[in-house]
Amino acid sequence: MRRTLIALGLTAALVAASGCTSRSTNNCTDPGGVIKVGVYGDLTGQTSSFGQSTRNGSQMAADEINAAGGINGRQVQLILEDDQGEPGKAATVVGKLVNQDQVRALIGEVASSNSIAAAPTAQEAKVPMISPSSTNPKVTQIGDYIFRVCFIDPFQGEVMAKFAANTLKAKRAAILFDSNSDYSKGLIQFFKSSFVDKLSGTVVAEQAYAQRDRDFTGQLTQIRSANPDVIYVPGYYQEVGVIAKQAKQLGIKAPLLGGDGWDSPQLWDLGGEALNGSFISNHYSVDDPSPVIQDFVKRYKAKYNGTAPDALAALAYDAMMVLADAIKRANGTECAALRDAIAQTKDFKGITGVISLNADRNAVKPAVVLELRDKRFVYKETINPDSGPGTTASPAASTSPANTNASPTANSSPAGNTSGGNTSAANKAAPNTMRNANAGNMNKP
Amino acid sequence: MDTFVQQLINGLNVGAIYALIALGYTMVYGILRLINFAHGDIYMVGAFAGYGLAYFIAAKLGLAGPSWAGLLIVLVGAMIVAALVGMAVERFAYRPVRKYSRMTTLITAIGVSLLIENLFVARYGGQGRGFPQLLQDDTYRLFGNAAISKSQILIFVVSIALMLLLQWIIYKTKVGTAMRAVSFNLNSAKLMGINTNLIITFTFALGSALAAAAGVLTAQYSPTIDPLMGITTGLKAFVAAVLGGIGNIPGAVLGGLLIGVAETMVVGYGANVGIASTYRDAVAFAILILVLLLRPSGLLGSTVQEKV
Amino acid sequence: MPKFLKRLVVAVVIGLALFALNMAMSKQGLFGVGIDYYKVDLIKMAGINIILAVSLNLINGFTGQFSIGHVGFMAVGAYSSAYLTVYCTQGLEEKLASMMGANAAAIIVFVLVILAGALAAAIAGLLVGIPTLRLRGDYLAIATLGFAEIIRILITNINKVGAATGFRGCVDSVTGVTCPDASMGRLTIPAYTNFMWIGTFAVITIVVIYNIVKSDTGRALISIREDELAAQAMGVNTTRFKVTAFVISAAFAGIAGALYGHWRLPHPADFTFVRSFEIIIMIVLGGMGSITGSILGAVVITILPEYLRSNPYEVVLLLTLIPIVAILLRVVGRDRLPKALRAGLGYYAFVLVAYALLFVIARLVLINVLSLDIQLQRVIGDISNYRLVIYSALLIGMMLTRPQGVFGGREFGFSWLKRAQRRPEGDEPSGATAGVSIAERDDPTSDPGKDLENR
Repeated sequence: MRRTLIALGLTAALVAASGCTSRSTNNCTDPGGVIKVGVYGDLTGQTSSFGQSTRNGSQMAADEINAAGGINGRQVQLILEDDQGEPGKAATVVGKLVNQDQVRALIGEVASSNSIAAAPTAQEAKVPMISPSSTNPKVTQIGDYIFRVCFIDPFQGEVMAKFAANTLKAKRAAILFDSNSDYSKGLIQFFKSSFVDKLSGTVVAEQAYAQRDRDFTGQLTQIRSANPDVIYVPGYYQEVGVIAKQAKQLGIKAPLLGGDGWDSPQLWDLGGEALNGSFISNHYSVDDPSPVIQDFVKRYKAKYNGTAPDALAALAYDAMMVLADAIKRANGTECAALRDAIAQTKDFKGITGVISLNADRNAVKPAVVLELRDKRFVYKETINPDSGPGTTASPAASTSPANTNASPTANSSPAGNTSGGNTSAANKAAPNTMRNANAGNMNKP
Repeated sequence: MDTFVQQLINGLNVGAIYALIALGYTMVYGILRLINFAHGDIYMVGAFAGYGLAYFIAAKLGLAGPSWAGLLIVLVGAMIVAALVGMAVERFAYRPVRKYSRMTTLITAIGVSLLIENLFVARYGGQGRGFPQLLQDDTYRLFGNAAISKSQILIFVVSIALMLLLQWIIYKTKVGTAMRAVSFNLNSAKLMGINTNLIITFTFALGSALAAAAGVLTAQYSPTIDPLMGITTGLKAFVAAVLGGIGNIPGAVLGGLLIGVAETMVVGYGANVGIASTYRDAVAFAILILVLLLRPSGLLGSTVQEKV
Repeated sequence: MPKFLKRLVVAVVIGLALFALNMAMSKQGLFGVGIDYYKVDLIKMAGINIILAVSLNLINGFTGQFSIGHVGFMAVGAYSSAYLTVYCTQGLEEKLASMMGANAAAIIVFVLVILAGALAAAIAGLLVGIPTLRLRGDYLAIATLGFAEIIRILITNINKVGAATGFRGCVDSVTGVTCPDASMGRLTIPAYTNFMWIGTFAVITIVVIYNIVKSDTGRALISIREDELAAQAMGVNTTRFKVTAFVISAAFAGIAGALYGHWRLPHPADFTFVRSFEIIIMIVLGGMGSITGSILGAVVITILPEYLRSNPYEVVLLLTLIPIVAILLRVVGRDRLPKALRAGLGYYAFVLVAYALLFVIARLVLINVLSLDIQLQRVIGDISNYRLVIYSALLIGMMLTRPQGVFGGREFGFSWLKRAQRRPEGDEPSGATAGVSIAERDDPTSDPGKDLENR
């Protein structure tokens, strides 16, 4: 037996020596005909409202593109895959989309952990992937084929820290985060660095929970005993709804602050009235009276039985439109050409704002702060990206309270962008007219 | 001090839920020596049944919004539905394999558990859904910051009432006597003219109803239900049953409460001794291992011989 | 020596077959024959599952100890080997690469980390095994499950391996965020694992476990399964043998984990007890105490859910036809068949052909003519959502009708084929017809857990 083993081991080692590093290269040339685009997301798992919104948004965009004659005369076909919200499955379905369905580009995922798990497959196969709404910085760091059309967490965390310190005048913040998600962990990092280091607040309690937890009273009781002014809960809506309810049961009065992970129609079913008085940072507001947005909301509602589009649907729509625009400019879907075309996206007028991709393949856009009131996200204020993470704000942009859009003239994004550490020159141009022109009106909810 | 009392209340609350589920595990194990892995899923079925009923009575009986009548209908209705499901599981899955080895029955139980979960995922999706509010949730301040909410009081009241009811059924009724006989020795009980199949089915019904009550109560307290909610809760409840001494009814209650309190205390005070709150789920299993190694019969296992 | 030569030839043939398969899995393919990436993923997963199932079978099938925490050891192997790769081997690999080239260096490093993963899992197996193997039956099952969960929760609390967000590469141990540069360790876990590695280790696992089972250790293990007390009375040191089997089994799970960890980035969610159940289902379906059964189970359970994703109706049809065919065969009766088809291989071939024919016809009628799929879709929605329901129903159905699995305790091999040819009344009934009494007479060893607790 031992000899058999040795023999086997030797052969295997020999063969492995030659076979170990064989790697594949994807077929990069454009096959012509219908353009296949893979969309993957969580359609049946814990955060399925994310995947469904992404599907609806991208499908609507594709249908509109096709109705208008397609991209350079070619129709777009979306191929949907469900990853059930699990990182491992996300990698598998992207493998299927890329290799079996031979899609030319990918749209997905919402949750950063899933995007991070799936992106290497796309990168390896040289299939451009546009994440509509993964905000963790690591996502696009995976490679030069990975893009996103939303802002990133350093900015989002800073937005909430600024809002807490400047608007809510909070000095003491407590943090309750989701230990399972990169998104949540990233946000609290950036929130803390901004709130503590730049805005001289203190973090009085930091507690963690796990996804699928049902009982948060233990954590909330400890937070209550620390007596914070605000509680930052950058989790996903599934847990947040319950957290809000149990916080209220424990008699906690401090407002909850959150991020775009809260944005789901389901949030209200879970949290109900307990959510009133909370604030979140988000990509856009449904209540924005801008005609572009209102027209989009109307079309979306007509298509999907009156469901209002959440930010994820709007971002998915934008992602598909950015992709179509890039395919048009690249005049085809040859890998490298398409990649470069997407990377050169500049001043693209999307639903969620003007999209320009910077050198890190991230979009630089303003964020809105929304107040949760009576089952609605009510527009509160817009915060522009005035400084990149880790860089000190330049004098021009250091008037950050003014940037929180107190007046219609707070159209300071171009000035602010120049000082951004990781913002490219691409973002300097063109004032963000659509959003900021309306900002003054929006300020009166 | 108020923080500690608050954590104790929180822990007992979670523990009461574990205790209700653990009762079902312990009764079934007492009679069949079967770990009913699907029991956690029966708890989930109970919560879903309550969800369906709540919408039904809101639409058909006009009992929308919080009301005591609605709560009672939902609670009892969910218990009945879950009891039926439990009986069906026993009849169609467990009874046919009862004659086989323990391993076969255990795997069947795993299969039933997977079947129920996947059926619900396929039918209703894996995402959580908000449970309608059946109770106007007020919070009563005790002292300092310590507070107790109405849904927490409800959990305590209902679970104590159900446990007393169970105690009465087992010790004061004829069917309870039969249950105890079957748990002592199934074959002898059969020889004594007891319809053992009927008793086993009844035991499943009883355990499932208790689990469903736990499901509705939890859903009332933390208002989200999903098809996989029974997996970890069920497993921890089983640990509670083992901790108290499997087959022992007061033991299951004690075990449930202990595990609930231990978990909450780890979240609350674990950080002081270097245990992060994310170790919460490990607590139950660490207790389990310790019990199995040090006292496999459980806390109350050897002192009380009756197994039901 | 000729025996050794013969074995060498077998080994070379297996090696070349693996190599050819590996070649076919690259984009260029082998002589133009290529397997696409998605299927490659499935085949790789099947290979890893084979290692897991065969190694778990040593404990559950041959020793009769019911462990449901196998995935815990897989996690230990995956994380410890990936940890070494990320934090400790970078310098070594560079040094080796300058001496013998990058390929050879990567191979040596990978072999080392796999062995380290196996060792770590074996130590974990020892630590878990010594206390828990005193327990019996259900208690052992629950204790192993508890340990596996504790291992998983420990991992979710170690920042250095990415905690709850999964291990992708170097992580700062305090803040839990990715390292800024490669000075502290590799930023990503290199994807060393390809099919060649998985295939080789799967073959090694099968050979080793097979040889253990056939050795006197194996006899001792089987004696423990059959009757622990009797084995003890015969002088078998049951505790030692049980722990040995447990440790070996854990070591192989560690290898599977190491391979997995260098292919998919390890994530705590991949190592929940649901995954342990999956491995158990594999060995139960294939047959406890049958290595070939475990292999079959691993392959089927890996591919079935994915196949169900794309062809749900076909699978349902395939499964429902099994009992129908069995009943039809009984109605027709074997005696009315032509002589050539009455027994042995001819009979099996006949059953298979009849089954396939029936399937094709039924599919044509139900889907193409009656368009039942569209009707059904209207009632219950997309049936591919129900793929895991079908999967679990299959498991229960198996337990109700043939609890000892497809192969029971038998091995399927050339010798079995020969025997089947000889046997006048091939008494291997297909799936559902297998009456339990027949099955039990056939296979007295099929219920290893029996009477464990009744003593």
